[in-house]
This record gives sequence, structure tokens and C-alpha cells, in this order.
Amino acid sequence: MEQQVDTTSFAMWLFLVTEIMFFGGLFCSYLIFRNWYYPAFVAASHQLSIKEGTANTAVLIVSSFTMAMGVWCAETRRKGALVLCLCLTFVLGLVFLGIKYDEYHEKYEKHHVPSWHYSTKSFTDPASDPEVHNAYPDDKPLPLDMARHTEVYFGLYFAMTGMHALHMIIGISILGFMIFRARAGAYTNGHVTFVNNFGLYWHFVDIVWIFLYPLLYLISRHA
Amino acid sequence: MDHISQVLWQFLVKWLTDFSLFPPEASKIAPQMDALFFFMVLISLIGMTVVVLLIVGFSILYGKKRHPVAVQIEGSTLLEATWTIIPLGLFLVIFVWGSLIYFRVYTPPANAMNIYVVGKQWMWKAEHPGGQHEINSLHIPIGRPIQLTLISQDVFHSFSIPAFRVKREAIPGRYTNVWFEATQTGTYHLFCTQYCGTNHSAMIGDIVVLSPDDYRKWLSESTSGMSLAQNGERLFASLSCNACHTGRAGSRGPNLAGIFGSEIHLANGSTAQVNEAYLRDAILNPSEHVAQGYVPIMPTYQGQVSEDGVISLVEYIKSLNSNDRVEQTLNTTTLLPESEGKATTDGQKPGGANPAKQAPASQGMVKQ
Amino acid sequence: MSTDTIVRLPDQSTARLPKVNFITKENGLLSWLLTGDHKRIATLYLISITFFFAIGGALAGLIRLELLTPQSDLMAADTYNKVFSMHGIIMVFLFLVPSIPATLGNFLMPLMIGAKDLALPKINLLSWYLYVIAGCMILYSMMTGGVDTGWTFTVPLSTHYVNTNVITTGLAIFVAGFSSVFTGLNFIVTIHKMRAPGMTWFRLPLFVWSNYAASILMVLGTPVLAITLVLVVLERAFGIGVFDPAKGGDPILFQHLFWFYSHPAVYIMILPGMGVISEVISTFSRKRVFGYTAVAFSSVAIAVFAFFVWEHHMFIMGVSNYSTLVFSLLTMLVAVPSAIKIFNWSFTLYKGSITFETPMLYSFGFMGLFTTGGLTGVFLASTGTDIHLTETYFIVAHFHFVMVGGMLMAFLSGIHFWWPKWTGRMYPEKISQLAALITFIGFNLTFFPQFILGMLGMPRRYAAYPPEFQVLNVFSTAGATILGIGYLLPILYLTWSLKYGEIAGDNPWQATGLEWQIQSPPLTENFPEIPIVDYEAYDYEWLERKEKEVTRVG
Repeated sequence: MEQQVDTTSFAMWLFLVTEIMFFGGLFCSYLIFRNWYYPAFVAASHQLSIKEGTANTAVLIVSSFTMAMGVWCAETRRKGALVLCLCLTFVLGLVFLGIKYDEYHEKYEKHHVPSWHYSTKSFTDPASDPEVHNAYPDDKPLPLDMARHTEVYFGLYFAMTGMHALHMIIGISILGFMIFRARAGAYTNGHVTFVNNFGLYWHFVDIVWIFLYPLLYLISRHA
Repeated sequence: MDHISQVLWQFLVKWLTDFSLFPPEASKIAPQMDALFFFMVLISLIGMTVVVLLIVGFSILYGKKRHPVAVQIEGSTLLEATWTIIPLGLFLVIFVWGSLIYFRVYTPPANAMNIYVVGKQWMWKAEHPGGQHEINSLHIPIGRPIQLTLISQDVFHSFSIPAFRVKREAIPGRYTNVWFEATQTGTYHLFCTQYCGTNHSAMIGDIVVLSPDDYRKWLSESTSGMSLAQNGERLFASLSCNACHTGRAGSRGPNLAGIFGSEIHLANGSTAQVNEAYLRDAILNPSEHVAQGYVPIMPTYQGQVSEDGVISLVEYIKSLNSNDRVEQTLNTTTLLPESEGKATTDGQKPGGANPAKQAPASQGMVKQ
Repeated sequence: MSTDTIVRLPDQSTARLPKVNFITKENGLLSWLLTGDHKRIATLYLISITFFFAIGGALAGLIRLELLTPQSDLMAADTYNKVFSMHGIIMVFLFLVPSIPATLGNFLMPLMIGAKDLALPKINLLSWYLYVIAGCMILYSMMTGGVDTGWTFTVPLSTHYVNTNVITTGLAIFVAGFSSVFTGLNFIVTIHKMRAPGMTWFRLPLFVWSNYAASILMVLGTPVLAITLVLVVLERAFGIGVFDPAKGGDPILFQHLFWFYSHPAVYIMILPGMGVISEVISTFSRKRVFGYTAVAFSSVAIAVFAFFVWEHHMFIMGVSNYSTLVFSLLTMLVAVPSAIKIFNWSFTLYKGSITFETPMLYSFGFMGLFTTGGLTGVFLASTGTDIHLTETYFIVAHFHFVMVGGMLMAFLSGIHFWWPKWTGRMYPEKISQLAALITFIGFNLTFFPQFILGMLGMPRRYAAYPPEFQVLNVFSTAGATILGIGYLLPILYLTWSLKYGEIAGDNPWQATGLEWQIQSPPLTENFPEIPIVDYEAYDYEWLERKEKEVTRVG
């Protein structure tokens, strides 16, 4: 039994290593292009809503807390509390996705989705975008060739946050399944491995966001 | 003879007559590369012989019949060290030797004659400085170092001349180069060796190496118009590059005379070597190549000038030793129909725009 | 030599297959499709991999047929492009990468370490389903037009310039990649956590070491391929711009990301094969592998160095000359552990007691052909000669020598060696030795001329070529025909042996190793009781003592 617990835990850690390698390719590409096209990345990053990004970060950190609480509840065999924690985590996950959807929708409306009527107007003529312009009045207009590179930023933005969101969706689906099983008492009878290992996965997805957030949202934002 | 089928007979004839086992050595670097190649063949033969002898020899000596009881041997650190160090030593020799040749092939000499090659699906276009254009062939003189500056208009291609032992990828978005010096007249294969789609196998041609006299004859026979630099001059004016790069005092763009080959200080504090790649990049991505003391107002010409056009512009800028030619374009610009309302004297901007005004306004004057 | 054999079979007049074994335990399709038994999953894999190998092989036949003549006369250029692309994709992702780990590895890993199954049986089954899904997607892709990008999916060709099923195929390979990751994950966890008492790391058979090293590569490298494919699909479907120079992207970035996986991939393919060779050479020389520790560590060294050499696929692509120094040097270094292994295996023969059964013949073939392939790799690692030889048939010959002459020979060696354990029956020895010989001759005739073609400059992926290259191409095609026969024969006689082969008994080869101490085919739970290991690997003296004990007791 102990061998089984030990084994599945080791397996989950190993799987998380593969996930690091998976996201690693995206991070590597991001770092290269940010190095090459820094002004474009600054301007494009200022287009993201810092309110929503910070809110999402807070949501995920709290959800990691509720998940960790859930693991404790499972270990201490508190079935009701476990179900509550899992439900809270589930809801917080949905909140994250909801805020993300809102951000994506806004990007779509402003024509910042790559190759979908992509427009560099906000960058060549910042005055045409008062919302961002008022927040960052010192941002100079970009020359067209640099403005074109913002499309690469958004490409990577959607790829990275999209891949992250996909992992969130998978996590939330598994959470749904777990809530159902937890109510039947499957995790409060000593078999905590599943909850434990899922907790590892959830924390990992949270950590990926913790890296994504400053890299994507916090480029050259001064107080 | 009646018993041998026609097909087989044709095959045998072909085998005896039209069958090559080794490519011709037609460049200066070819024998050097072949020397390394044959050294490696020798090492491989020795290595293979050693392994085969060991396997066959031991199999004979220690076959079950002859040697029914095996002797358990754990290993031998001495042997391990031997067959680690000797191969490693040989490989390191090969590494150094090979690297020297590699650097030689990809470091063109300063006096090399530059020919531009543009690859596109599915043909090679060679552009000689004198304006001669070739498709799927390249005429070059014997005994002179020739540099090829390659670029692709679409996907990856690879320009390969087996007889010269050189090959280089043609990449979209960036120049690559390679150089060689032909040592034997004749016609040699040109292949595209990077898979590029449907007619990849048809993207082949001829490299024709001519004696100096024949080459001169060919040059004069194939000139059909302007040299690359002359075409570049025409573009320089029609694209209104001369509006900012006037070469006069107080102009909005740096003076381009003599700039090729120099080291330039950029606005972000770094320095750059002004070569063909830099010039191309400066035309297409100007905001990343702002010279010190200038503002980033140059519009990008991406999408407005083809790779051939860029090549012409680069050649033109390379040819500028003084500002005289640019002056001439400024004077003749007024004669072009597109220049209605354009300024010819400095200080006066087209459309009366303010010097610090951004790119969008000045884009309107760019010729499509 | 025919009487010199170590094969010891039970008395055929009275011998029967054991009534209860993993095959007979449960009946019905569902018991196979929902199994957690690693041996059944290995069998499922063996059938599906053989199926895809046959398709890939048929495509190879078409390629060689087209190349009989200098003109592109057998099929249209576009069709030829699709044929070689699908050949590469199927052979690399659906055959070579999974082959030994998913079949022999799955079957033997728990047996060799004394465990009842792998650590994660359900993940193992999932792995097979992912493989089948990937295979079906590729079949679908083929039937609806295939891809013609080459197995390397070079951008911008694959993202902007072809109209074929790039996205479907890319996603199929993505799925196959996860199959591979889960297999590797399973192996690493199993080897770390489920070894029998007394089975220390340095008592493990070298097959386990090799698969462990390959599993590290699978786990760390494959996800990078996955994300690369995702980026290609996004670039193609949504134009995100990371690989598009017009938007500021860089197609060379794709090359770096793709080869970061695809180079370790080739070591994923070869390391398990090397593991098989260690087992076979040891058994048929009746000797412990010479320099066990060196061979074990060289497997891990290859796995580590594998990650540091990827740019050698890009030497002529305009990368910095100085970077090529680094990667050329590292490539030379990665060649050394392989050389060490070849010499260690050769010296295992020294003062052994050697017999020449089929697995041994295939192993000798491996040693010769892999050495040739590996040495020609040095020609390519040396940047100076790489300029001339890259992107030609020299490369094609090089990788077929190591993959087919190396890996596939090792696979056949392993299949023949463990066939009696897997099925309880022996294959017919004479015809199998003949098949090995035919394969060896056919292989050399097919691929050796291609080295010469490459030196002459014949580019790869060409449907048409200059006439002076024809003679060598004809030799190559003739060899391919012979090679095809060499591969067809085992499929036929191995199937035949399932019904008519001699009963093998527990240990027909008198080999050491835990898998040979149990019945053939094994029980579902492998061992009636978990063994306790107090002897080293390849301990033939222990085996002798054990036999003497048994006969005395009996």
C-alpha cells in the first residue's frame, strides 16, 4: 500500500516535469521574441487589463489554498469539509475561466487576435485607444514595423494562456468528478492519494500562471 | 547475346559507361574536404576491420565446440580506457580539422565577387552585380573567389553544388552566404537540397565555369539593362528614400555614402557592422536600426519592395562612395511623375509635414 | 555449427504449454481490450506496431520503385512527396519510437526486476489506446490525402505553403507523443519503486538500464515536440506569427524546437535496441557482459548528451559559425559511449562459449551495421564534411544504417530471443537463420550504394534525378526487394510457430535473468511468489549451481 502511494506520487511529480518541458518550449519562444522586440512587447502588454490579470492571480492562489485545505480534510477524514473545499476550488476555477473569457473577448473586439482582422492601430496611433492611452500617456506610438511585431506577442499570449486554460479546464473536469466521489466518501476512508496527486497538479497549474502573469502582464508597468 | 534481355543489356551498358562513383573536384576547397573525407573513410575502414576481426576472430576461437566452458571476466579498466581515449582522440582530430574547413567555407574573403541568389518555388534566380539575371544557372569565372548571398522568397531551399563541395540554406527573411573559387572549367550540377514542395526535384540547374575570356564574353552578351546598383538607384528615388537620406547637412536620415562595411553606432547604444544583412534589415525593420542621433521615423518597406528590389537597393548603397549619386537622384526626382508636390531641396518636407511627425504621414508618399 | 547449440527443449512427445498462463487466463475480446496485464498490453502493441510497420514498409517499396528510373514516371511529384512523408512519419512515430519499449519493454520490464506488473497498469493501457488513436488519425490523414511536408514539417512550408493534412497529422503525432511519455513515465516509476528485494541497481539486467535511459529521454524530450506541433498547428490555423518572417517570427526557431526533441528521439529508438544486444550477446557467449558498469553508465551518458547536440541538424542553416563548434564537439562526445558499447560487446565474446542461434546472428548484424552507421555519423558531425554530405542520400543511408541496420535488427533479435518466453513456442531455427542472412544481404545492397549517391551529391526527397545516378539506385531497389523478403519471412514463420512451433519450456536458452526462471508463457501475476535476489546479473555460475540443485532434488 505504501509502495502504491509512494509510486503514484512519484509518477505525478514525473508527469509534472513533463509539463514543465511542455510549457518550456512556449516560454523559450516568448523570451526570444521579447528580447528581439521589446518595444512591441511593452506596448502590447499595456493592452492587457491589469485588473483582470491580478484578479485572476488572486483567484488562483486562493484556489490553491482551498485545494490544499481539501487535501488536509481528506487526510483528517472530514468528508463535509472536503466536499466544501473541492467545490470552492471548482468555483474559483470557473471564475478564473470566466475572467479569462472576458479578457479574450475584449481582445477580439479590439482586433488584437492574430490574423483575425488584426489591427496595429492601437500601437501606431495610441490616441485612437483612449482607455490604454490615458493609463500610459508616456507610451510613444510605435513605427509600423515594430507595431507589426505585436502580433507575435498576442500569438504567444493566446498560445500560453490558452494552453494554461486548457489545463485548467481539464483540472476543473477532474474536480467535478472528485466532488461526486468525495460525497460518496471515497477519499475520506484513508485513500487520499488521488486527492493528494490532483492537488499537486492543481498547484502546478497555479505556478504556471504565477510565471505567466508577470511575463505577460507586467512588462514595464510603472506605478 | 540473344539470351540477354534488352533491358538487362541496356543496364549493363549504362553501368560501364554512365556511372560515376565520385564527384569532380572543381573548387579550391574540394580537395581539402576530400582529404578529410578520405581520412575518415580510412579511420572507418580500420574501425570496421577491428570490430569485424574481433567478432569473427572470437567467434572462431571461442565457438562452443572449441571452447565449451566460458571464463567469467568482469572487465578491464585498461581496455575501457583504451577504447574510450583512442576513439575520442580520433574524433577530436576530426572535429578540429572539420571545423577549420567549415569556417573556411563560410567566411568569404573580402575581395570575393558577390552574386545574389534568390530561391523561390521552384527556381533559382541569380543576379550578377552587372545586372545579368539567370534562372536555374550560374555562370562564373574560373580562379576568382565568388560569394553567393542567398535568400528565399518563400520556404527553405538549399543551394548545393556537389562539385564544389558547398551548400547553403536559402532562408526566408534573412541573407545567408557561402563562397567558393572554381578551379576547373565545365558544367556542374546545381541542386536544391532542402525539400520545398511539389517540384523540389525540378529545382535543379547548371553551374557553368568559364575561362576569364569566355566569362567576359558571356557578361557582355547577357546584359539586358541596368546593373543591380543602377536599378537600386532607380528604386532609391522612386521609393523616396532620398527624401530623408539626402546626404546633406541636417537631413532626417543618416548619410549613406561609404556606410557599407563600416561600424555604425545605434541609438540604443550598441554598435553594428553594416553588411548586406544589416542593410536589408534596416530597410524592412527600420525601427530596430536607428542610428545614434536620429529619431525612429523611417517607415518600413516590408510588403512594398520585393527581395529583388531589396537586393538592388543594397547593391546601390554598397556602391555609394560619395554623395554625388544621391544628389543626382534628388535632382532627377522632380522629373518623375510621382514626385508631384515633393520637395527637392532639404528642409522642405513632402506634404509640409513636421520633422518629428511620425511614420504614418510619410508613408503616403511611398511608391507602391 | 548446427549441433552446437545451447537450446535445451523439454521432451516434445510429452511437453505441453502450461494450462494457466497470461493468454489463457481470461477469454474474450474485452478481457484483452480492458486488460491491465503488461504482457497482454505488450501483445496488443506487437500486433499494432507490426501492422503499421507493414504500411510503412509498403510505402518504402513505392519509393524504391519510383527511384528505379531517373524520371518521375511512376507517380506524380506530389504523390511521391506524400509517400516519403508518410513513410517517415509512420516509421518514426508509429514504429521506431514505440517498438522495443512498448513491446519487449512492456513485456519484460516487470519480469526482469521481479515485479508483478508495471507501476501504473491503467496508464499502460491508456498508452496503447493513445497509440491506436494516433495510428487511426494517421490512417485517416493518409486516406484523405496525406501530408507532403516530410516527417520534419519544416516551416514555413508546412504552415503556409501546402494544402495537405498538416493539422490532422500534427495532432496525431501529438497524441502518439503522449503515448510515448506515459510509457516512459511508467518505466521510470517501475524501475525506481518496484524492484524485488535484493535487486539493486547494479544487479539489473542491462536491458533495464537501456530502457531506463530511453525513458528519461521520452519523458523529458517528447513534451517539447508536443508544444512544437501545437505552435505549428496554431501558426497554420491562426497565423500567430512565431515562425513567419513577415510578422517578425523566425522559422529557425522551429528548427531548434523540433530538433531539440527529434535528436533525443533517435536515442530513444536505439538505446532499447542496445539493451537487447547486451542480453543476447551475454546469453549466447555464456558470459557476463564485459564491463557491465561501463555499459550501464554509457547508456545514461548517451541519454544526457543526447540533449546537447540538436543543432547538428542545422549546420548549414545560417546559424552562428561559433555555435557549430560547440555542437560539433558535443556530437563527437556523444559518439564515444556507443563506441565503448561496441567494444564491450565484442570483448564479451572473448573466452566465451559461443553459439550462433538466430538472435545471435541478428546481434552480430547489429554490431556491424550500427558501427558503420555510427561511424558515418562522425562524417556528419564534422562540420566541414557535413556541408557537402548533409541533405543528400548520405544522410538517408546514415540513418537507415543505424535505425534499420541497428534498431530493427535489434528488434528482430529481441523478438526471436524472447519469443519462446512470450508464446511458449520455439520458431523454426533454420528458416529464421536464413531470414537473418537474407535481411543482412538485402540491407547492405539497399543502403550502402546510398552512401556513394550522397557523396555524389544526390539530394534526398527527389522523385527524379540525373541519369548518371541510376545504376546505384537500381542496386538499392534490388536490395530493397531482398530486404522485403527478409522481413516478410519472420512474420510468416513466427505466426506459423504459434500453432506448430516446438514447445519451449521455461528456459530454452539456459539464460540467467528472472524472466527465464518462470514458466513460458508466464502467469498473469508473473511470479507465484516474489523472488529474492542475492546474485548478480548474468551469473552463469549461479545458474549452473541452481540446475545441479534442481536435478539433485528431483
